[in-house]
Amino acid sequence: MNYHQNNQLLRFTTAGSVDDGKSTLIGRLLYDSKSIFEDQLEAVEASSAKKGFDYVDLSLLTDGLKSEREQGITIDVAYRYFATPKRKFIIADTPGHIQYTRNMVTGASTANLALILIDARKGLVEQTHRHSFIASLLKIPHVIVCVNKMDLVEYAEDVYEKIVEDYKAFSSKLEISDIQFVPISALVGDNVVHRSENMEWYQGATLMHMLETVHIESDYNHIDSRFPVQYVVRPQSKEHHDFRGYAGRVAGGIFRPGEDVLVLPSGFTSKIKSINLGGEALEEAFAPMSVTITLEDEIDISRGDIIAKPNNHPNADQDVELMLCWMNQRPISVNTKLFVRHTTKEVRGVLKEIQYKLDISTLHRIENVNELTMNEIARVKIRTAQPLTFDSYRRNRITGSVILVDEGTNETVAAGMII
Amino acid sequence: MSQYYLSHLKELEAEAIFVIREVVAQFEKPALLFSGGKDSIVLAYLSRKAFAPARIPFPLVHIDTGHNFPETMEYRDWLVNELDVKLVVGSVQESINKGRAKEETGWNASRNALQTVTLLDTIEQHKYDAAMGGARRDEEKARAKERFFSHRDEFGQWDPKNQRPELWNLFNGRKHMGEHFRVFPISNWTEMDVWQYIFAENIPIPSLYLSHEREVIVRDGAILSTSPWLKLKENEVPSKKIVRFRTCGDMPITGAVESEADTVEKIIEEIAASRKTERGTRADDKRSETAMEDRKKSGYF
Repeated sequence: MNYHQNNQLLRFTTAGSVDDGKSTLIGRLLYDSKSIFEDQLEAVEASSAKKGFDYVDLSLLTDGLKSEREQGITIDVAYRYFATPKRKFIIADTPGHIQYTRNMVTGASTANLALILIDARKGLVEQTHRHSFIASLLKIPHVIVCVNKMDLVEYAEDVYEKIVEDYKAFSSKLEISDIQFVPISALVGDNVVHRSENMEWYQGATLMHMLETVHIESDYNHIDSRFPVQYVVRPQSKEHHDFRGYAGRVAGGIFRPGEDVLVLPSGFTSKIKSINLGGEALEEAFAPMSVTITLEDEIDISRGDIIAKPNNHPNADQDVELMLCWMNQRPISVNTKLFVRHTTKEVRGVLKEIQYKLDISTLHRIENVNELTMNEIARVKIRTAQPLTFDSYRRNRITGSVILVDEGTNETVAAGMII
Repeated sequence: MSQYYLSHLKELEAEAIFVIREVVAQFEKPALLFSGGKDSIVLAYLSRKAFAPARIPFPLVHIDTGHNFPETMEYRDWLVNELDVKLVVGSVQESINKGRAKEETGWNASRNALQTVTLLDTIEQHKYDAAMGGARRDEEKARAKERFFSHRDEFGQWDPKNQRPELWNLFNGRKHMGEHFRVFPISNWTEMDVWQYIFAENIPIPSLYLSHEREVIVRDGAILSTSPWLKLKENEVPSKKIVRFRTCGDMPITGAVESEADTVEKIIEEIAASRKTERGTRADDKRSETAMEDRKKSGYF
């Protein structure tokens, strides 16, 4: 039996401007891949009729909260699911307004791929730059640029080619390694799931085909072994009296029994005795597996420590440079104290310096700033009370990322990518 | 040569186990809300995997409406024994007796909404600071925006407009005294994923989910099991049908589907071909377009 049991999982984020048809595209993907159920469709048909539309508004499928449906806009990140015989997909559907940069960053943080929508009539706009920059900043490995509303430009090849050229010129300034382009009409369905008969000149794949085949096997780092310890398992039962297992999720590289390991920050070394999950012994563990590791030697290890290899391990430092996205209503100024959460560790920290702020539409640097307000992105320095054991975000998205937490309200107020 | 990527089920499993372990590491007194349904069953089995060879380090909390299917209760007691885990029961009947909750009346009366009172009382009484549940984002519109770690104020309420951003796998469980968290480790699973996992891991399930003969009535298109709590209207005559249940809610409001699927494999085939969502059989969601959102705000599961 194979009911898609061994499919891969692809997480992608969508970003688009208010009217470029993002919700319609998602609705189209769900509808044409037969992921919408009758009762969901009935509800959307009823809502469309209530609003006086003479067509079924597929965008209504994705607007979740009452206030969003009232205002006809998406406020928060919403997650959608669909599967084809080849892959299972998780969409992080994020709104496109500038005030929602924080939502885009949130959606992008776990994505393998970003879908960027461009209205064929308008070409590249400020929001295209912003979304692309965030995809680059968050190191989303793959980008698909959908030139949408081709039906409204008579399916003209030169319109599409011009946009592709403009985008390539713009994106050369960014760090995105894998970009694909596709001309579509989400409303009509051209090149979304089914090949368009209106664009004979387009020889490339449909959007769905790209989503099903983009190479994601190398998206995790399988070179630099990193295992942040989450929890120490001590059964304290007669049968497992001496068992001491380190539970965690592999953040990078490959671990195998018998290998030498280095524990940070203590610097102790040992050998891996076993790797288990649910009582089953495993021959190896790699990202993003959750496992329990036991070591040959009894050494003091606790939550927040990182198990790595003697010849390949992360840095430890109390001074950390970050690209920071500020996500809270209340601004932050230099010398503010916060909690810093990194892998499974939490330490106190202070914002030491704002080196510059970025205008994410133009990529211009703004210097001499003392304060960051909501949705701003800046390069900053923080100092922590204890050393953090980290990699650069470029090298590892898990050991290279932090969140900042307000000491008073406990809110998550910023996301940081270590440089 | 191994291939260094996981199947989607293995990746979802790894994610859920990571979240369950975060809960135990970050909170002082966590609990698992156990309904007897397949989602909370999968959650219980994932918890066993997460901490093996140690026992599950938190209790299963069952909010007992008193209107459960007998099969659910039987399974619950079997599972508690099988997993060697502690069971805590919060009783809706007791809340009603104490005057904390008021029974609904009318033809479609249910104790579904009353559960919220008992749930919040139970959390407060035992001082649980994190309550894990098997809710999934694909179930319902309002759930699509729920976080893995969902903050609740001192009144147990959810504020959808003021949720903490959740990035990478960094979960922020910091809270003030009196507040608690709801945590949803299988947020990213779909109904199909849950069934495939049950099949792949060979997890025993309550017999309700499998095809069987049952005395039922058909009301407003829903097939309802006869029970002491279902008042029959004059024209309603019970008949026998071959049915199974896609969800395991309260007996008077959980609709059955006509089905011959008597194995997990056949259930998966049936769902693959199905054109209705599982919650389409739940009367509690049909009350209004925002029924779930409204219940969630007030502290529902």
